[in-house]
Amino acid sequence: MTNDWKSYNPLLLPAIKDLHEITVYEKNNGYQALRKILKDQETWSPNNVIGEVKAANIRGRGGAGFNAGLKWSFMPEPDGKPRYLACNGDESEPGTFKDRKIFEFNPHLFIEGSIIAAYAMQINVIYVYIRGEYRPFLKKLQKAIDQAYENGYLGKKVLGTDFSVEMYTHMGAGAYICGEESSLMESLEGKRGYPRVKPPFPAQRGLWGRPTTINNIETLANVPLVMNNGADWYLEIGPDTHPGPVLYGISGHVNRPGVYEYPAGMDIMTLINDVAGGVRGGKKLKALIPGGSSTPPLRADMLEGVSMDSDSLREAGSMMGTAGMVVLDEDTDMVDLIWRISHFYSHESCGQCTPCRDGTGWLEKTLRKIKDGNGELRDLDLLLAICHRMEGRTICALADAAAWPVRYSIDRFRDEFEKKCRKTVYAVA
Amino acid sequence: MSDTNTFDATDLAEIERLTAKYPEKQAAVLPVLWYAQDKFGHTDPSVQKLVADTLNIPEAHIYGVVTFYTQFYEKPMGRHVLDVCTCLSCQVCGGYDILQYLEEKLEIKAGETTPDGEFSIQSVECLGACGYAPMLQVTNDKFVNHLTHKKIDKLIEALKAGKKPEFESNRMPQHENGSE
Ligand SMILES: Cc1cc2nc3c(=O)[nH]c(=O)nc-3n(C[C@H](O)[C@H](O)[C@H](O)COP(=O)(O)O)c2cc1C
Ligand code: SF4
Repeated sequence: MTNDWKSYNPLLLPAIKDLHEITVYEKNNGYQALRKILKDQETWSPNNVIGEVKAANIRGRGGAGFNAGLKWSFMPEPDGKPRYLACNGDESEPGTFKDRKIFEFNPHLFIEGSIIAAYAMQINVIYVYIRGEYRPFLKKLQKAIDQAYENGYLGKKVLGTDFSVEMYTHMGAGAYICGEESSLMESLEGKRGYPRVKPPFPAQRGLWGRPTTINNIETLANVPLVMNNGADWYLEIGPDTHPGPVLYGISGHVNRPGVYEYPAGMDIMTLINDVAGGVRGGKKLKALIPGGSSTPPLRADMLEGVSMDSDSLREAGSMMGTAGMVVLDEDTDMVDLIWRISHFYSHESCGQCTPCRDGTGWLEKTLRKIKDGNGELRDLDLLLAICHRMEGRTICALADAAAWPVRYSIDRFRDEFEKKCRKTVYAVA
Repeated sequence: MSDTNTFDATDLAEIERLTAKYPEKQAAVLPVLWYAQDKFGHTDPSVQKLVADTLNIPEAHIYGVVTFYTQFYEKPMGRHVLDVCTCLSCQVCGGYDILQYLEEKLEIKAGETTPDGEFSIQSVECLGACGYAPMLQVTNDKFVNHLTHKKIDKLIEALKAGKKPEFESNRMPQHENGSE
């Protein structure tokens, strides 16, 4: 992965004018994977499609990196009653702004991938959950869905076969937690987005108690690539354990922020310095949040030789998350930054679990106290103790997502935190 | 107040269409609340009651939903609601400066509405426009990116004149030639 990125041609978001129009998409090999499968259902039985996707090891792009085909294989045998695919376009993790690119520039790739997923899991109803703030992007997707219906890829008897599938959009209304898969289902059912206790997992009891699979938008957009070219071809892109193209959302203090598509496993310093044009104003790099606000920040000196894939980032002490990379320059006030992240999680906690509802609140308050110059050194220990009482003790992973940035920032930027704190003085009674 | 808000036959037909997407009526709560907010400008208790009666779902449930999601307005807001992102990338790229500039310009604080009812300002969480920071969203709709004081001045002028912002497409920097 030295310089070959320069000759890389995007696959998810290729530079083709008006690709969002179905005629242009069709001219560029669009819906061919679906045609191929439906035309030869003996070769491409649902199970064989799942097998191919599983072999390609598409790591879920919603944050957890789980093999998509493997997840599909958890769906029970059809029993004649409804089962669902829910596409996760909630995209609310701070630092993440990639799925909207698919809605805007290549919605049919995602639609085709979802139809293939539905076929493979023998599902007849697809819901696309999109955060309410993305209303302008939802309009673009809806237009593409309408076109797909007109051309016979959606609806009754897809392309004249016995397979029928409906695709509906569902708009959220401002709640980060609805990106968590079980909260998403609650929200789709018309309720407050309270995550469900697992097990049962969605494949057993999902939407309206029926088997359901939830996949991220970008994950599903990878499916036609695999079905057109084969798992072996796909595995050639990027690292062995984390194959395929990735949409890198680069923001913060860089000269050329934006969403870029390159193979997984890109060298981080190459992404910052060469792809995104380096740190703004000739400033020095201080830190990187590699994959959205919940992934632990890495100091600049920890980034040498680290690449954007789950193994490399785990070794470095962070996570791939959503590949939403926030670049921070030397002037960044880490205490301020982490306080704002804590504010976010405190605001977005659904409030079901005491460790999360109270913990996120206390993290926010304590960090605010420190940032305002009223903190004491012992508050740093208090913060770590709060994190400890949150991690792994709640219904969903929001509490962990809130604790990690605090824990690892205190560890990695301790000087900065200490500088803002007074020495603890114990009153003598 | 409660009898000023009603759904007419067209509304009811649209609500019927929204409900048909789901196996259970309750699933239509969010879409119908959105529909109601588009029509009435908010989802205050009178609108909540209307939605509850129309869908035959307890008012308490509707209230619970409205208060859970930030984009439903529990009371009437300004004609234009300016949601300024101050989260993470926007924070480090001047989101708070933009917020302060707006507060001074409109002489209200975040969370308030101008006395003439034209503008409300809110400080909001990440809107998913991190690469185009600082930015804001206008009344749950268009994103206005790469904000400067000058761009804000222009936006406010345009909104006062009744001109809504255009959809801003942010192309991938990788596709230099501009085709996409
Ligand atoms: C608090 C929280 C928020 C999440 N937000 C999102 C989101 O906005 N989009 C998303 O795709 N996944 C999100 N996830 C992950 C989903 O729960 C789920 O793992 C994912 O949608 C599965 O799709 P994938 O396997 O294709 O990645 C979130 C998880 C948690 C715990
Ligand atoms: S961890 Fe937090 S967000 Fe998740 S269910 Fe519990 S209270 Fe809600």
